[in-house]
Amino acid sequence: MKFVDEFRQRELAQGLAAAIGAEADSGRDYRLMEFCGGHTHAIFRYGIQDLMPANVSFVHGPGCPVCVLPMGRIDNAIKLAVEDEVILCIYGDLLRVPGSGRKSLMKVKASGGDVRMIYSSRDALDIAKANPDRQVVFFAIGFETTTPATAVALRQAAAEGLDNFTVFCNHVLTPAAMQTILESPEVRTTGSVKIDGFLGPSHVSTVIGSRPYEFCAGDYEKPVVIAGFEPLDVMQATLMLVRQLNTGRHEVENQYTRAVTRDGNRKAQRLVAEVFALRREFEWRGLGLVPDSALRIRSKFARFDAEQRFDVPPVSASDVKGCACPQILRGAAKPTDCKLFDTVCTPENPMGSCMVSSEGACAAYYSYGRFRPPQPDTEAAA
Amino acid sequence: MCLAVPARVVAIDAATDVATIALGEVRKDVSLALVDDVAVDDFVLIHVGFALSRISSDEAEATLELMREAGMAPETTS
Amino acid sequence: MSAAAKRFPVRLDVRRGVIDMSHGGGGRAMAQLIEELFVKHLDNEFLRQGNDQARFAVGAGRMVMSVDGHVISPLFFPGGDIGSLAVHGTVNDVAMSGARPLHLSAGFIIEEGFALADLERIVASMARAAKDAGVQVVAGDTKVVELGKGDGVFITTTGIGVVPAGVTISGDRARPGDAILVSGSLGDHGVAIMSSRENLTFDTTIESDSAPLNGLVETLVNALPDIRCLRDPTRGGLATTLNEIALQSRVGMRLDEAAIPVKPAVNAACELLGLDPLYIANEGKLVCIVPAADAADALTLMRAHPLGRAAAVIGEVVDDTHGFVQMQTAFGGSRVLDWLSGEQLPRIC
Repeated sequence: MKFVDEFRQRELAQGLAAAIGAEADSGRDYRLMEFCGGHTHAIFRYGIQDLMPANVSFVHGPGCPVCVLPMGRIDNAIKLAVEDEVILCIYGDLLRVPGSGRKSLMKVKASGGDVRMIYSSRDALDIAKANPDRQVVFFAIGFETTTPATAVALRQAAAEGLDNFTVFCNHVLTPAAMQTILESPEVRTTGSVKIDGFLGPSHVSTVIGSRPYEFCAGDYEKPVVIAGFEPLDVMQATLMLVRQLNTGRHEVENQYTRAVTRDGNRKAQRLVAEVFALRREFEWRGLGLVPDSALRIRSKFARFDAEQRFDVPPVSASDVKGCACPQILRGAAKPTDCKLFDTVCTPENPMGSCMVSSEGACAAYYSYGRFRPPQPDTEAAA
Repeated sequence: MCLAVPARVVAIDAATDVATIALGEVRKDVSLALVDDVAVDDFVLIHVGFALSRISSDEAEATLELMREAGMAPETTS
Repeated sequence: MSAAAKRFPVRLDVRRGVIDMSHGGGGRAMAQLIEELFVKHLDNEFLRQGNDQARFAVGAGRMVMSVDGHVISPLFFPGGDIGSLAVHGTVNDVAMSGARPLHLSAGFIIEEGFALADLERIVASMARAAKDAGVQVVAGDTKVVELGKGDGVFITTTGIGVVPAGVTISGDRARPGDAILVSGSLGDHGVAIMSSRENLTFDTTIESDSAPLNGLVETLVNALPDIRCLRDPTRGGLATTLNEIALQSRVGMRLDEAAIPVKPAVNAACELLGLDPLYIANEGKLVCIVPAADAADALTLMRAHPLGRAAAVIGEVVDDTHGFVQMQTAFGGSRVLDWLSGEQLPRIC
């Protein structure tokens, strides 16, 4: 596969590993937050940590849309499926996310709720057309990458007057989340979380460009390198961060130049701006209420907004007691620090959202790194 | 997050703004609503049934070249 | 199956007819369905006797018995259908003990309204698969459920076979140092099924690998009676199968990702859907664990067989009380290959 296989070559990985090993200053640590679950997945799936020197470590960030979705929104969706008896269209990622009382959409489906897994927002429109006598709700989640596809679906619903179709909008924004992490007491005051730099979002940045992270480098003096999701991308971006830190620079650099520009995809941005407006605040699991961090459907499209058509009360559901997802999502704890990890919380029976998504830090730790055997020195050290 | 894969455009239906893309031997129809001026043989990133952006071959090659150079830097050849 | 005592004046309208409740009612309609559809295709001396059971003599030795319920959507998929799958699934389960499969029974649960034409396609396919595998369907059962209470048709098959003397193949016999082989490329069946499911449609040349493995097993067992474990990596894929064996044998495993055969088209489909081919179901592949000294012979034998041309040695059994299946990634790192969690769901993030 072109543009995939080239970025998974072992020989280049060894070269990059050697370069990182040689250039990382043994007198200091490099703690790099990979913002996205896609990076987390690549790090575990390809065993990248093995190729790093001991003083370069990754802190897993909140960039997994399923993980940061507050439990109350799952409860809202369950209510739509059960009480309002809608056809609820969801991406497969959401099926097993626990709501309150350990209910999930998978359990709702098992007890007769009409929950349908889709691959694209276009499928939800097709389902609405095929079921004109039913209400069809698309449970939209995702960061800036996924939002434009929802915008297209809303515009099409409006153009075709598809009155039985609505969207339950849960789209969130990455720069606001990064800022919240940088403002968090663990990072700013107590210093209990040390983050030296960020591996910046890759596919989010294809849409919004690299410009929105410039505050991070400017105001907070943290280097950011936009990094692709292939393993060599992650390694090269790591090398770029090491070099910035070694020379005291804090800039936004772009490793993923084959798909990301400074300005991003203007057409997608226009579509999103036409359909969505900022929410004043939105709850993120782990980060709490974050100002200007999510989108709502503009009043022009209100008749396709599930929150207008149905009763969607704000639910403030509390997470399972002892679940460390909130701290893990802020980089303040590792999955293995959580008392529930691998005791009562497993991928088969997730207590927190980080265990649900395969991109969640807990699920990645569980599946790929749970009991990492001591590693022999890698080629990097040789 | 945000699973997206690079794929080659093999056909475009201008009337519906839908492209057939090929990822290796696998083919799928995706919407072109989010991108302008896509041509057959371009590579695009596919996410939830939409082409999200074009992929630049030149930039990809430049990135790979930087990776090769990093591995050959004098201080790292031991 | 009790065949009808006399001919039926009006033949079953297989072309346009559908299953109704009377086809499961035990009366004349059921008898006609059995005679004109099931016995017509699956014909053998035991079915022809028209008894409610099959009586047959078996040679001396240890009997093996296995059962497998088949529920699959869609019923017809690239490379097979529920009929051939119901034969292969059970033949393979019997064969993985090293046994030679002899006879099958088949229980059909059919949904009211199901087209007789589709049912005939399925039964004919089942008959071909049984013939290819060298087994006979000697007993059967038909039940009909109301519309909406089934998914077209469910087929449960039971198989029996006999294990040759001196062969002891079991999931608890893997020992540190043993070699791990697979008989061919992984993930074909699961990807073929997904490619034809509603909402996920994509075009691919990949077909299900559904096939009877008893011939390959017989070849292996005849030449290498010391084979430790055989298992077909169906649901949960290779990763889950190896974890099962590691647990049973109380050993660990170390795999080499670069050696594991996966077709490019399967890899591509997995990239698209965010899945891992090592967790995807196979219906015509086996995992074989042998003492290291037998590895080269096992590989040669497999590759000489039509169902094992892409066979490969993919790793070794190691001493590990935790029972971890570890993999050296093609990229140069290492990862733990865990049990499948839940089910493989296409994901977007």
